[in-house]
Amino acid sequence: MIIATVAPTTTWYLILAAMLFSIGTVGVLVRRNPLVLFMCIELMLNAVNLTFVAMARKLGDIGGQTTVFFVLVVAAAEVVVGLGIIVAILRRKPNATTDDLAELKG
Amino acid sequence: MLDVVWLIPALPLAGFLVILLFGRKMGDPKAGYFATAMVGASFVVTVGVFLDLMSRSAEARTDQVKTLFSWVTVGSLHIDLAFLADPLSLTMCLFVTGIGALIHLYAVGYMHGDPRFSKFFLYLNLFAFSMLMLVLGSNMLVTFLGWEGVGTCSYLLISFWHERDSAATAGKKAFITNRVGDWGFMMAMFFAFWAVGSLDYLHINEAAGTLSTTTATAIALFAFVGACGKSAQLPLYLWLPDAMEGPTPVSALIHAATMVTAGVYLMCRISPVLNVASSYAPTVIAIVGAATAFYAAMVALAQNDIKKVLAYSTVSQLGYMFLAVGSGAYTAAIFHMVTHAFFKALLFLGAGSVIHGVHNEQDMRRMGALRKLMPITFGTFIVGWLAIAGVPPFSGFWSKDDILLAAWDKSPVLWAVGLVTALLTAFYMTRQVIMVFYGEARWHDAHEEHGAHGDMEPHESPWTMALPLIVLAVLAFAGGIINLPFKASTERLALWLEPVVGVHDSTTAKVPFALIAVAGSLIGIGVAFAIYYYKRIKPVEPKILADAWGYDRAVSAFMGGPGRASFDAVAWADANIIDGAVKGAGQLVQESAGQARKVQSGNVRNYAAALGIGVVLLLAWFVVFRGML
Amino acid sequence: MELFVFVVAGAMVLGGAVGVILSKHPVHAALSLILTLFGVAVLFVAQEANFLAAVQVIVYAGAIVVLFLFVIMLLGVDNSENLRIEPFKVQRPIAAVVGAGLFGLISAAAIVARGAKTGLQGSGLEVTGPDGSKLHDGNIKALARDLFSDHVLAFELTSVLLVIAVVGTVLLARKPRKGEQTVDTGAGALG
Repeated sequence: MIIATVAPTTTWYLILAAMLFSIGTVGVLVRRNPLVLFMCIELMLNAVNLTFVAMARKLGDIGGQTTVFFVLVVAAAEVVVGLGIIVAILRRKPNATTDDLAELKG
Repeated sequence: MLDVVWLIPALPLAGFLVILLFGRKMGDPKAGYFATAMVGASFVVTVGVFLDLMSRSAEARTDQVKTLFSWVTVGSLHIDLAFLADPLSLTMCLFVTGIGALIHLYAVGYMHGDPRFSKFFLYLNLFAFSMLMLVLGSNMLVTFLGWEGVGTCSYLLISFWHERDSAATAGKKAFITNRVGDWGFMMAMFFAFWAVGSLDYLHINEAAGTLSTTTATAIALFAFVGACGKSAQLPLYLWLPDAMEGPTPVSALIHAATMVTAGVYLMCRISPVLNVASSYAPTVIAIVGAATAFYAAMVALAQNDIKKVLAYSTVSQLGYMFLAVGSGAYTAAIFHMVTHAFFKALLFLGAGSVIHGVHNEQDMRRMGALRKLMPITFGTFIVGWLAIAGVPPFSGFWSKDDILLAAWDKSPVLWAVGLVTALLTAFYMTRQVIMVFYGEARWHDAHEEHGAHGDMEPHESPWTMALPLIVLAVLAFAGGIINLPFKASTERLALWLEPVVGVHDSTTAKVPFALIAVAGSLIGIGVAFAIYYYKRIKPVEPKILADAWGYDRAVSAFMGGPGRASFDAVAWADANIIDGAVKGAGQLVQESAGQARKVQSGNVRNYAAALGIGVVLLLAWFVVFRGML
Repeated sequence: MELFVFVVAGAMVLGGAVGVILSKHPVHAALSLILTLFGVAVLFVAQEANFLAAVQVIVYAGAIVVLFLFVIMLLGVDNSENLRIEPFKVQRPIAAVVGAGLFGLISAAAIVARGAKTGLQGSGLEVTGPDGSKLHDGNIKALARDLFSDHVLAFELTSVLLVIAVVGTVLLARKPRKGEQTVDTGAGALG
């Protein structure tokens, strides 16, 4: 059980969060379905939450967890509104992708 | 009286404006008399100003400047519309207004019956105004105003009968050739302003001593280029023979007495500058003058058109004047200018009278034996002939002699050329007199061809044309008294002009040269009589001389061929390179904006990508450079 | 033990994330998201953030993803995206660069700052009992104490935010009745 003797440090958590964040970013840039795009944004938010919790434990400060709390609330609100918009748009044009929403083209 | 010097050009200008508005109503001959009256009034004012100036002391005569208003004030450039009333300008004004008035009167008779009678006098008055501005201007810009004005009027008057293609072309040729000379004038102005900071003659001439030799030479030579254009010297003379397409009063006024003398006037006006230029500048002027005089005299003796002979004769006499300028004898040049104005105007008006009399025939081969039928014209023409041939005591002898003397002082070669030219002058003028007034009457067949109006016989001209002839004949005969060389006190013109152009002293004995000159003239007359009257010797009139050495054709060929090619190239460069640069700048902006516009694709993912790149860059900067690493 | 938990949870997180971005079908993506969220919850527990782990599962996995699934079902299940084509050729390389850059930079920062000390003196993640013993709800107490004393204003504001969100969404998403104008979201130009 040599593996069991190595404890993951805060840095490991941070790196994992970084990985999750970049995967989420790549997803935002690559996917065209608006719903999947939103899910990738949730991934990024989760990465942020993970970072905050890790730092809260490292520093012994409850403030990090409070922040996560708020992020959760705001993420929820954001998802609600965003999905409402998507519903409104996709109702008119059921097969729209993000590429079709180019009304602000210069 | 000096205060009203502005009236001198203003009266013809007023005449111009009145005829512009009411000319057609005034009609033939009132418009003509009115124009004559305006120029005549100008002459009266000139006499008044002249007397006023004479009453002042010699030093006070040179700086009488009357300013009308401030014309151009830009930075350090300050130019007024001002008149300089000094001996030189008043001399010019006197004969411009005097002879101008006479020619206006003559034109009333000559142009009678022409459908555009009043327009003729419109242009004539405008010309008088321009010439007076040229002569009276106290700075180079007012002179230039008049310079361009007389050029324009010359164009308008030469092509007065513009239904004739040849007339229209001649007008254009005159204007364009003048333009080439104008470039020289403008360069002289630029140099003068750059060196002296002012275009005022008084300032320039005062500062002449401080100019570097190169600058003075540049100013003088560029002004000479302008003078060559206006006064028809080599190589810019070729407009003057063609300018004979205009009505004869035009030829008399513009191309004999006034406009063509503007070049000589300019050179005399800036004589202090010419005096400090390096010595090859006056030499160049003298050589060009002498060469032109000789060249034109050669051509004149092979011409058959009565006016063309006089045209080339004018070019030749102008060459004499520049020879004098180049030899430093400015007074001699002005003297010859005055006497030439008298006798050349007389000759031209006489020729016009002849043409009028033989019902618009201009070829001398179709004239002859007119002396009994047109006595007044004949008599006055004889006076003019003797004056130009340099026979004493007519005025031409005195002035030409002064010039030859100055030429000898400069260089014996120039004197020799001048002497030979004088001989030729006597020769061709005699030839003209014989062909027109003596011999058999060759005008019978011509009349049948032309379908003359009314009577078939040549007739004398009306009093409006005869009177100026008589007055000019008197002046041509007696004009020499203004500068007789016997004593210092009889050289009135030299004394009068001395404050302006200085003095030209000569220690050469005058009498031997005078005798040689007279001998030359008599030889010329004698040979001409022998050839044409007594028919002892066969006439020699080579075609090349009649063609003016093929010069005209050479110029046309050059302009049509390589000239045109270079013009096209310049036009192409202007349209494509210069305009292209301007348009290109606009197009560049447009295209780059068009490219930049594509950043706004409206697509969310593109914006997200841009965001992502920005975040990465920012982070990199923080981590790497701000030392978070 | 912690290592084992970390590895398993980490695998769940990353596996779910990859699944989200690579799934053709939105429903599959949603399910992968749930996997990720569970993994994150496990990691929260390992970090002694018990309350948050519970909230994560209830709110995120239980409400938000369910909402996603509702919308997917509402708008048609056969809405799959062809991942092979990409209209903007430059997008994928940029995505790769951005992703790699972010990961690299953040990791670099994290690794280098390993031993760094901050001057922060936290109040601890748990509230201990009067004699210093561990309470079973110490974390919740600590969180509540912090939330309702230091951050009470933010707390109130979030409640306002939620109300606004609800009202807004109801307005945005309702079907127009006959003869009534819908809220113009700019989607009209698409149709």
